[in-house]
Amino acid sequence: MRLVDKRPKVSRREVLAAGGAALVAATVTPAGVVMGKAWAATPAALKPETFATLVQMSRDIYPHDNFADALYATAVEGLDKAAKGDAGTKKLLEDGVSVLDAAAQKAHKMPYDQVGWELDRVILLRAIEKDPFFQKVRGHLVTGLYNQPKVWTLLGYEGESASKGGYIDRGFDDINWI
Amino acid sequence: MAAPYDKNDDSVVVVIGSGAGGGTLGAELAINGIDTVILEAGGRHETEDFENDEWPMFSKISWLDKRTTSGSWRVAQDFAGLPAWIVKAVGGSTVHWAGASLRFQPHEFKAHTTYGDIAGASLLDWPIDLKEMEPWYAKAEDRMGVTRTNDIPGLPGNNNFRIMKAGADKLGYKECHTGRMAINSQPRHDRAGCQQIGFCFQGCKTGAKWSTLVAEIPKGEATGKLEVRPNAQVLKIEHDKSGKVTGVLYADKDGNQQRQKARAVCVAGNSIESPRLLLNSASSMFPDGLANSSGQVGRNYMRHMTGSVYAVFDKPVHMYRGTTMAGIIMDEAKHDPTRGFAAGYEMETLSLGVPFLAAFLDPGAWGREFSSAMDMYPNMAGMWLVGEDMPQEKNAITLHKSEKDAHGLPIPNVHFDDHENDIAMRNHAYRQGAAVYDAVGATRTFPTPPYPSTHNLGTNRMSEKPGDGVVNKWGQAHDVKNLFVSDGSVFTTGAAENPTLTIVSLALRQAHHIKDRMAKGTL
Ligand SMILES: Cc1cc2nc3c(=O)[nH]c(=O)nc-3n(C[C@H](O)[C@H](O)[C@H](O)COP(=O)(O)OP(=O)(O)OC[C@H]3O[C@@H](n4cnc5c(N)ncnc54)[C@H](O)[C@@H]3O)c2cc1C
Ligand code: SF4
Repeated sequence: MRLVDKRPKVSRREVLAAGGAALVAATVTPAGVVMGKAWAATPAALKPETFATLVQMSRDIYPHDNFADALYATAVEGLDKAAKGDAGTKKLLEDGVSVLDAAAQKAHKMPYDQVGWELDRVILLRAIEKDPFFQKVRGHLVTGLYNQPKVWTLLGYEGESASKGGYIDRGFDDINWI
Repeated sequence: MAAPYDKNDDSVVVVIGSGAGGGTLGAELAINGIDTVILEAGGRHETEDFENDEWPMFSKISWLDKRTTSGSWRVAQDFAGLPAWIVKAVGGSTVHWAGASLRFQPHEFKAHTTYGDIAGASLLDWPIDLKEMEPWYAKAEDRMGVTRTNDIPGLPGNNNFRIMKAGADKLGYKECHTGRMAINSQPRHDRAGCQQIGFCFQGCKTGAKWSTLVAEIPKGEATGKLEVRPNAQVLKIEHDKSGKVTGVLYADKDGNQQRQKARAVCVAGNSIESPRLLLNSASSMFPDGLANSSGQVGRNYMRHMTGSVYAVFDKPVHMYRGTTMAGIIMDEAKHDPTRGFAAGYEMETLSLGVPFLAAFLDPGAWGREFSSAMDMYPNMAGMWLVGEDMPQEKNAITLHKSEKDAHGLPIPNVHFDDHENDIAMRNHAYRQGAAVYDAVGATRTFPTPPYPSTHNLGTNRMSEKPGDGVVNKWGQAHDVKNLFVSDGSVFTTGAAENPTLTIVSLALRQAHHIKDRMAKGTL
């Protein structure tokens, strides 16, 4: 069978920095830039802290241990853009993150993106999963995350095929274990 | 006269919509020498506009005008603003369709007689039977180049099919093959053979897949008797004092209203827009909507019992390689009430790319339960389940009470409640679909809920008696002599099979009926 290479085509440094299921490590510079591992973003509408929390929340909603934080940050950039165009969306996201942080403070005495175990963070998310805030973030991620060509590669999906002559000579029927 | 036609030319037949029904009808009328104008709401996108990319292609040509939903069906919860996946472009939904082309079984034309009275279901026999349809099915299969008919070989099976076939064999299913597909397995009728590109739902880049855009409309246009006018959305069908239709009012690409006169009008806007247009064409003479003396316009909306089963294996499959609908199991299509429900269903392979699978595998789901499934994408196989659903009067397209579209017309609401029979059938199909995959070692299976409706049927049903339905056996409105319906909305009942071959066969038959009537001077 012709197998697909799921390894991302990125530099060794980026791969090393990608860092699995650990917490998304992001710091906010005085200039308002969110600095992550091998990614940085300058939010146009959201508070940098809000942006960073949304990146963590995105990973917790659709956790893929072989995805670099940068892919989740790219998805959150879409939310930031929506917030820039619409004050209601901005308020929804800012307020939503405040509520989430308050819940984290109550349960764990720390903000959401410092809570160490994924399961503990997921419990906080389950409590708000019907809320418009959560639905907005999750709904956006369906395309914001999964419609990124880099994500396709990591999931083993080959994308466009017409320019390569389709699969007629590239393994459409090459299964050898059935 | 030759195309293009003058808007005041009242000798033309106007066809509304250029999809499976309208595109075929318009071409066949032109081939038979009849001056025809197809008004199509969408734009014209030829093959070079097609992209192997799910969301951009969806956004480019889908019908995205606002619609609302109601009822207990899961689509109303998961996709409240998108009840159906229908194309708004020249070629209609045949640009995105998969190509499965199956004839009805004989008993499916006689659903009421065969299944009997079922509580809550508005079952009715079709006023035609398989015998009458056979020559038209044969003609349609030839036109569409359906594999396994007319000595056309079946398509080769891809990996997704080979999993299905191995499972079907283990379960003892007897009728499993690579389907009857309107996809060239070898070059035919000036169109190429399939290159197993795997983006059938995004418009076929090789032209191997039949659509009215690449196959019928060019043939019609070549006669000089067919004009296809894109970006022309019909708003209202007009009539004279005698109750005969005289033409249509449409909005052109700039939103300006235009009037096209007509000798006869054929409505083929698919099962949401066709009844909506008739309802929006209400007048003092027809206060409940045009052709609606029966009160059946918009009712009996069917969308097929659907669902999918995806399965994960411990080894790679690569389901997305090759034809999207690559094979079928037909053993469950029979009517066998011992299974606990009336009518039957088909199991057909299906593959979605990562972008669509993320949206449709389990809408609303999140967390590791979901992402771990996506992580196994290369090891997945998939099938779609499609069966006959029960017509119900309350399942209906109605005009929204307050919301209006860009032209100031009420938008449609799509109401659907699953019938008990639909639910029992879906549960059976989920079980059997999972069993197929379990038989060949699936480590995990997913009973995936219905997608927005691709098979929209029944909202202008065909009936023997005028009181029972909207059109007669020719698709002619019971109430209006020169008004026809030419799409899947005429289906009296849904049958288990994918509907398009039957829509095309009925359109070909209707074209010849119109020609005969014109020759006799009765139209
Ligand atoms: C992804 C997908 C896969 C499918 N696969 C299969 C399959 O394998 N087998 C099968 O049998 N079927 C399949 N179908 C279904 C099939 O495409 C439809 O059943 C068929 O095309 C319906 O034909 P129609 O003529 O009723 O409507 P359509 O083909 O949808 O055409 C309707 C046309 O009318 C136009 N229109 C609507 N209102 C107006 C108006 N007011 N003025 C002007 N124009 C208007 C629309 O823009 C559209 O172009 C599939 C559909 C989809 C979306
Ligand atoms: S798989 Fe075949 S039919 Fe489908 S898009 Fe490719 S060439 Fe066309």
